[in-house]
Amino acid sequence: MPQVTLTVNGKTHTVEVEGRTLLVELLREKLGLTGTHVGCDTSQCGACTVMMNGTSVKSCTTLALQADGASVMTIEGLAAADGTLHPMQEAFREHHALQCGFCTPGMVMSAVDLVQSHPQGLSEADIRHGLEGNLCRCTGYHNIVKAVAAAWPVMHGKQPVAAE
Amino acid sequence: MNAIFEGIGASVRRKEDLRFISGRGHYTDDMNRAGQTHLILKRSDRPHAIINSIDISAAKAAPGVVAVFTHADLDADGVGGVPCGWQIHSKDGSPMVEPAHPVLATGRVRHVGDPVVAIIAETKQQAKNAAELVVIDYTDLPAVAHIADAIAPSAPLVHDGAPGNTCFDWHLGDKEAVDAAFARAAHRVKLDLANNRLVPNAMEPRAAIGDYDAMSGEYTLITTSQNPHVIRLLMGAFVLHIPEHKLRVLAPDVGGGFGSKIYHYAEEAIVTWAAGKLKRPVKWTCDRSEAFVSDAHGRDHLSTAEMALDAEGNFLALRVSTVANLGAYLSTFAPAVPTYLSATLLAGVYKTPVIYSEVRAIFSNTVPVDAYRGAGRPESTFLLERLLDTIAQDTGIDRIELRRRNFIPADAFPYQTPVALQYDSGDYVTTLNSALKAADWAGFAGRRAEAKSRGKLRGIGVSTYVEACGIAPSKLVGALGARAALYEVAQIRVHPTGSVTVFTGTHSHGQGHETTFAQLVASQLGVPFSQVDIVHGDTNKIPFGMGTYGSRSLAVGGTAMVKAMDKIIAKGKKIAAHLLEASVEDIEFADGNFTVAGTDRAKSFGEIALTAYVPHNYPIEELEPGLEETAFYDPANFTFPGGCHVCEVEIDPETGTIQVVNFTAVDDVGRVINPMIVEGQIQGGIAQGIGQALLEDAVYDKAGQLVSGSFMDYTMPRADNLPNISVGTETTLCTHNALGVKGCGEVGAIGSPPAVMNAVVDALKDYGVRHMNMPATPMKIWQIINASAGKLAAD
Repeated sequence: MPQVTLTVNGKTHTVEVEGRTLLVELLREKLGLTGTHVGCDTSQCGACTVMMNGTSVKSCTTLALQADGASVMTIEGLAAADGTLHPMQEAFREHHALQCGFCTPGMVMSAVDLVQSHPQGLSEADIRHGLEGNLCRCTGYHNIVKAVAAAWPVMHGKQPVAAE
Repeated sequence: MNAIFEGIGASVRRKEDLRFISGRGHYTDDMNRAGQTHLILKRSDRPHAIINSIDISAAKAAPGVVAVFTHADLDADGVGGVPCGWQIHSKDGSPMVEPAHPVLATGRVRHVGDPVVAIIAETKQQAKNAAELVVIDYTDLPAVAHIADAIAPSAPLVHDGAPGNTCFDWHLGDKEAVDAAFARAAHRVKLDLANNRLVPNAMEPRAAIGDYDAMSGEYTLITTSQNPHVIRLLMGAFVLHIPEHKLRVLAPDVGGGFGSKIYHYAEEAIVTWAAGKLKRPVKWTCDRSEAFVSDAHGRDHLSTAEMALDAEGNFLALRVSTVANLGAYLSTFAPAVPTYLSATLLAGVYKTPVIYSEVRAIFSNTVPVDAYRGAGRPESTFLLERLLDTIAQDTGIDRIELRRRNFIPADAFPYQTPVALQYDSGDYVTTLNSALKAADWAGFAGRRAEAKSRGKLRGIGVSTYVEACGIAPSKLVGALGARAALYEVAQIRVHPTGSVTVFTGTHSHGQGHETTFAQLVASQLGVPFSQVDIVHGDTNKIPFGMGTYGSRSLAVGGTAMVKAMDKIIAKGKKIAAHLLEASVEDIEFADGNFTVAGTDRAKSFGEIALTAYVPHNYPIEELEPGLEETAFYDPANFTFPGGCHVCEVEIDPETGTIQVVNFTAVDDVGRVINPMIVEGQIQGGIAQGIGQALLEDAVYDKAGQLVSGSFMDYTMPRADNLPNISVGTETTLCTHNALGVKGCGEVGAIGSPPAVMNAVVDALKDYGVRHMNMPATPMKIWQIINASAGKLAAD
C-alpha cells in the first residue's frame, strides 16, 4: 500500500493508505480526528472542510495521497496550544452560530479561510456567497453570518465589533 | 450569587458549544468499538418488484466478509417487523390497514431503498465491495409513486391487503352542519393545494452501532436518535424480543433530527441483532444518497379546501378533503401526522364555527413518510393561510381585515374549536399588529414602487397561525390511537456539596437543552448555573422518558423538572425546619436559602444538601437521608404557540429568480427561558419553511425513482438563498404548565411557508395568479410570467 506523509495540526504522520482513501477517511479513521465530519457523498455540504497548506479544501473530495507532503489543519488544531479559542470559534459561540454542531467544524474552517482571504473587508453578501459551499440545516445561517462578520475585525487586528 | 444573570430570561451562551466548536463532539459515527465490523445494506434499486432469488455466495466468499444475512436469517431467529406506534380507525370504525414491515425485504421490495441484504465485513470498503457481488433476481411490478396514480381506479397495489392502496379513510367534524352552512353561504371559495414532499436532511446522517456482551447478556445500541427509550421499547419488545434490562440504548450527540430521528429504523435492529449473532460490534453509517431513500420523508399531501362565508366575510364553515401519501410502509408515527396532528388544527386562529375534514391515507412505492418539523401543522397552516389569501382575492376583502374579522378574540380563551382541541391562551391581534409594524407593512407600497423602478416584482405576504405542541396528554392520545404514552420524566440529583445533576428523558439534537435546562434548574434552586449539569440520551442512566419531538422538551420535560424540584424543596424545608428548630410551615425557600419566615435565620441550599447526606443532626425517624427526587409529568393539554410571519420577496421577471428580501416573525411561544436559543430555533425553522416554499422538493418520477436523490438535485437552502430573519416575541402564558411555556422548535417551519407563498402570489398578482404550489421555483415563475406576457401581448 502506498504511504503518505503529512503534517496534521503541527504533528507529522506517515500512514499507509489505499489509493482510494480520502483525506477525510485518513483523518477520521487513521488519525482519530473525528472533529471533521462527513455530511454527504457529493461534495456539497462542506462538513468535511479542513485547511490544507493554508487554504480550505473539502477533505471528502481530496485523496489522502494528494495530501502527501502537505500541512493540514483540522478543527482540533484551530485553538492555540494553551486552549485559547480562535477568534472564529469565539465568534461562533458568542453569536449562537451553531445548534447541533455537526456542520460547525467545516463551517468554521471555511469561515476562517473566507476571512483570511479577504483582508479588504467582507460585506454580508460576500459572507453569504463565501459560505455557499457549506450547508447548515439548523441555524438558517443568520447567526453564522453575524459571527463571521464579528470575527473579521478580530482576525485582522482591527477593533472588535461588540455583540448585539 | 452570580455577577452575571444566568437565570430565566437570560441569553446565556451555551454549555455544549465548547465541544462542538473544538471538534470534540461525540456523534455516533465518531465512536468505534474494539473488534468492530461494518454493515452495508444492499438496497432495492427497484420501486416495486418480486424477489425471485438472492444469491449471496460470491459476497460471502469476498475478502474480509464476516457474514451476509437475508430475511431468512432474521425469520429463523424470530425477529419481528418494524412496528407502527399509532393506530387510526376509518370512518366505518375499521382499523387502518397495517401491512408487515419486515426488517429486510421479504418476497417483495416496495420502494427504492428498501433494504434486502445485510453484508458485514471487517472494513466498510470490504462490505461495499461484497455488496456488489450480491445478485438479486427481481421481477419488476408496476409501481405508483404519486398520489394521483396511487388512487387511480386500476392502480397497482403496493400491498395486496390494501385495496385502492388505502391505509385508512378517516374523518373529523360535523359534516351535516358544514353542508348546511355551505347551503346558506353568501360566498364559497375553493382551493386545491399540494404540500410538497420533503427530505429532512439533518446534517448528520443516521448511524448505529450494535454491541453484545456475552458475559452479561447485555446488548448495546448506539444510535442517532431523538428518543432512546422509545427505540429501546419498540426494538426490544416488538422486533428483537430482548428484555429491557438487557438492552441499553445510547444516543450521544445527535447532529440534527427534525423528526427524522424519532423513528425506529430497520438498521438499528440489524446492527443489534447481528452483534449478538456474531459476538462482535457491528457499525453502520448512512451515506447521504442512502439517507435520501431510507430516512422517513415529510409532508406529501393533496388537499381540497373550501370555505363558506357570509356576506360580511365571516367564516361559516370549512370543508377539507386530503389525501396523504404515507409511502410503502407505516413509519412509527405516520398515521398521526395527517390526522390528529393536522386536521385538528384546521380552525387555526379563526372562529370558524363548523369544520369537516376527511383524510384518506394511501400507500405508494416511495420511502415511508412521517413527521418532519411541524408534522401536520405546516400542512394545515399552509392550507388555511393560502385559502385566506385566496378568499381575500376572490371576495375583494383586504387580507389583513379578513383575518382580523375572523380571529378568535383574546378574551375568548380557553377556546374550544370544532375540531377537538381546546386552546388555552393566545392573542392573535397582538402578534399580527406587532409583526405588521416590525415589517413596515404600511410602507410596502413605496417599496413595491421602488422595486418596479428597478424592473423587479415585489410582493408581501402574511400568515397568522397557531399550532399544537408540547405533546401530549397520554390518556387523550391513547384514546386517539397512540400506542405509547407521552409524559416526560426528570430526576434531580443534588450532590452533597450542593451541585446538581439533572437526568431527563428528553434529548437534545441541537436545541441546547444542556443550557436551557441548567438555567431553569439553577434559577429555581438558587444554585449557580455552572453547578448544574444535564444528562440525557442513555437508557442506563436516565429514567424512562419519551424523548424530544413535537416541541415538548421544555413544556413537558421542563415541567417534570419543576415537579421534581418541588419535591426537593419540600424535603429541604423539612431538613431546614429541623436545623432551625422551626415549624416546617414557617420555612420559606427563595434564592437558594431556606429561611424562617420573618426572620434572618436561614440555611443555604448547600448546607441542606450536606445535611441530607451527612445526617448527624437530622430527623432520621421521619425523613430518609439523601436529596434526590424523580417526577413524571403528564400534561393536561397540548400547548398552543402562535404568531404572525411576514415575508417580502422580489422576483426578476426576466429570469423568474426570486429573493426573499425581508422576513419578519413575531411569535408567542409562552415564557422564554433563553431568548438567544429561542430566536435561533425560530430562525432555523423559518429557514426550513423558506426551503419548502422556494427550493426543496422530493421528486419521484412516475416509475417510482427518486429523481432528487442527492444534494446535487435536492435544493437545500444555502447561506445566499436566505435573508436575515427578524424574530420577535409577544407572550401569553400557557395556563396549564408551571412554567407557562409553549414551545418554539417548530413554529418557524409552520408559520413561514404560507407567508412566503402569499408573497409570491402577491408579487405575481398582475399575471392572474390565484395559487401556486410549492416550491415556487424560478422555472415555474418564469413560465407564469411568460405565458401571461404572451397573452398580454396577444390582447
